[in-house]
Amino acid sequence: MTPELGQLALILALLLALAQGVLPLIGAWRGNHALMAVARPAAAGQAVFVAFAFGILVWAFLHFDFSVQYVADNSNLELPWYYRIAAVWGAHEGSLLLWIFILNVWTVALAAFSYKLPEVFASRVLAVMGLIAVGFLAFIVFTSDPFGRLLPMPGDGADLNPVLQDPGMAFHPPVLYTGYVGFSVAFAFAIAGLLGGELEQAWVRWARPWTNVAWAFLTLGIVAGSWWAYAELGWGGWWFWDPVENASFMPWLVGAALIHAQAVTEKRGSLRAWTILLSIFAFSLSLLGTFLVRSGVLTSVHAFASDPRRGVFILIFLTIVVGGSLLLYALRAPKVAGGKAFQLLSRETVLLIGNLMFAVAAAMVLLGTLFPLIGDALNLGRISVGPPYFGFLFPLLMLPVVLLMPFGPFLRWGKGESPLLKQILLRVGVAAAACAIVAAFFVDGKLKAIVGVAALVWLGVGVLLYAYKRWRDVPRGRRYPGEMAGMLLAHLGVGVFVAGVLLTESLSVTRDVRMAPGETQHISGYDFRFDGVHRTTGPNWKADQGVITVTRDDKQIAVMHPQKRTYPRGQVQTESAVDAGVFRDLYVALGEPMDAGNIEGAWALRLYYKPFVRWIWGGGLLMMLGGFVCAADKRFRLKRTADATASLDLQPQETRA
Amino acid sequence: MNRLLPFIGFMLLVGLFGFGIWWNTRHDPNAIPTPLLNKPAPAFNLPKLYEPTQTVSKADLLGQPYLLNVFASWCIECGVEHPVLTAAAPSLGVKLVGYNYKDAPADAKAWLAAHGSPYALLIADESGQTAIDFGVYGAPESFLVDAKGVIRFKHIGPITPDVLATKVKPAIAAMLKETP
Repeated sequence: MTPELGQLALILALLLALAQGVLPLIGAWRGNHALMAVARPAAAGQAVFVAFAFGILVWAFLHFDFSVQYVADNSNLELPWYYRIAAVWGAHEGSLLLWIFILNVWTVALAAFSYKLPEVFASRVLAVMGLIAVGFLAFIVFTSDPFGRLLPMPGDGADLNPVLQDPGMAFHPPVLYTGYVGFSVAFAFAIAGLLGGELEQAWVRWARPWTNVAWAFLTLGIVAGSWWAYAELGWGGWWFWDPVENASFMPWLVGAALIHAQAVTEKRGSLRAWTILLSIFAFSLSLLGTFLVRSGVLTSVHAFASDPRRGVFILIFLTIVVGGSLLLYALRAPKVAGGKAFQLLSRETVLLIGNLMFAVAAAMVLLGTLFPLIGDALNLGRISVGPPYFGFLFPLLMLPVVLLMPFGPFLRWGKGESPLLKQILLRVGVAAAACAIVAAFFVDGKLKAIVGVAALVWLGVGVLLYAYKRWRDVPRGRRYPGEMAGMLLAHLGVGVFVAGVLLTESLSVTRDVRMAPGETQHISGYDFRFDGVHRTTGPNWKADQGVITVTRDDKQIAVMHPQKRTYPRGQVQTESAVDAGVFRDLYVALGEPMDAGNIEGAWALRLYYKPFVRWIWGGGLLMMLGGFVCAADKRFRLKRTADATASLDLQPQETRA
Repeated sequence: MNRLLPFIGFMLLVGLFGFGIWWNTRHDPNAIPTPLLNKPAPAFNLPKLYEPTQTVSKADLLGQPYLLNVFASWCIECGVEHPVLTAAAPSLGVKLVGYNYKDAPADAKAWLAAHGSPYALLIADESGQTAIDFGVYGAPESFLVDAKGVIRFKHIGPITPDVLATKVKPAIAAMLKETP
């Protein structure tokens, strides 16, 4: 009976979402306060029902209710309770429910923090959020019911894919979805702005903290996914340009462009149309990711079971949402270039170049991802592009961004001064060149590694110089407001990230070896001694576990335990062992026994020495931190006074619209 | 006009996605194209399963069409298609040749003794070397070879009643119509 209650709750949530999506829009149009007032209670009610449905699904997993098809497909009696909870979003239906639940959390947060916004505007924003929820709730109710029954009820279920039985599963999808879905807020603001015709800069200021938070979550989600793939899959790589990775990366790129464009629009009033367009694109690409993963149009390691009916549904939804908003943009976007004029040498120009680079990079990734589809359409046969395409074009497009980044903060809005720029160029250039020359001696003249060090110094010194300038020029207390500190942290993060990528890629050592117990391999100063393999068991797996003792100059550094696990349904999963460090990771993956059946003999092993690989994620985390710190800037907190003036600003437009 | 560009671009994308969905309903996304389709079958020379001293070559089979069915005793899916083949063999219209793939001859014989043999001829590829020339991806797989030794049709996976009716039989019929 209980699972049916979950289904019922989703249907009720759908009806409430319809009310939230339609009534406040009519209210805002007719000036009807009662209808506008529907938005908040409807959003809250919808969130309660969705949370209820989510809770029921969790409960069904915890109580082994295999009469629910989804539970039977994704868990079994031996699966530990924590992975049974994570299994809730282990496949299509449940992860869609998680998507909707997170959308509701964002909507409720928006409802709670939008009391100081003008009533008409807040109603429109919440209505757009409601309409998005309608699409997704209809999708789950009509095509992807997580509560469908399986009769007769099996005695035991199948299994959660062993790859997903990892702590990363508890963390990566919810955080990533929080980022994805968070772009719906910037989208809703932009659409409400277009609908109302209020082309004030005000809505951009309100949207900024939300966009920054969403982008920061997306950054964290991608970092977590990258780290998980590295630790779990045993390939020792951290990014694979897989279609679904790309699906999360495209909104990230556009989001990065958007947070900068919003800054320009808010402060100077320029790039208005561009900011609106980016707001639409960021969320559209999130939806597109959902489409690509769930329609079966592309094949990928992440792809869910495909079903053409679902594909058609999302495509129609995508067409309505994105097509509708782009049409609205075409009709109502600001016609005249507004805002304060700027010269060629100005902060606006630098930000605009960065923006274009990010947008082009996102388009490049989109093209590469859709290549197999284009190949089918043009009858070119089975083709796809991989790391060589992305690995060549992406750094090329990001080069100008990295080169210009130290100068952005120093340039003034509107009109910059070239003597100051020359001074900065000289300082960061000399520092980067000096460090590159020193570094060359340490990395055997490997060009990539030298470039990595130079990039870190170029960006790091840029950040430090600017931080020092603020320290010198600005009185205490006003030196580093959140926006400024966030920007500095994120830019430093880019430097750390670039250095991590280039140093890891050029200095990593990988060795595939056959090792008999007692044998030692020497890699980059470390001695890996293989001490044999023994059997071990976990909550729901049996494993062959290797023991590798790592020493350096006869001092023990680590004892590592890579495993080869066998799960109840016979699936085999390798669990690599990682000894993490700030400057290097040691990484061991267990292959096959050389003599099948004799696990005490020699094994094939893969040993890695990965210098600076943590810097990749460290850089990502700094960027995330930058996003959060920026969003926390006091300036974005709505004050009564600011609100009053904003409302006054909006009033004339409202009556006109 | 400029402001309509994003919309137009997006609509092109929607067209591409619509095509993608349509294409996927027509094509198996996991299908592996056979470069050998409508090309001469690779030359082979393999021992018969029951008389390993005698070999069968491609030339020996020229002159009449046959369906080459790759199977093995270790292959579970082969057990699925076996009754279908057994029932269909007499009315197939072409000779059914069993291609025992990477199997110990004793296992294969025991398996055939237990399940019955629909095959008019059985050849064994114990090492799987010749199967590489055919591009065999896994068992079961079936190749329809015409009288001139050209591969006319290929199916990866078990021949279910559905596959038999919608793919195999039409392919045989089309071939027989062409070469009376």
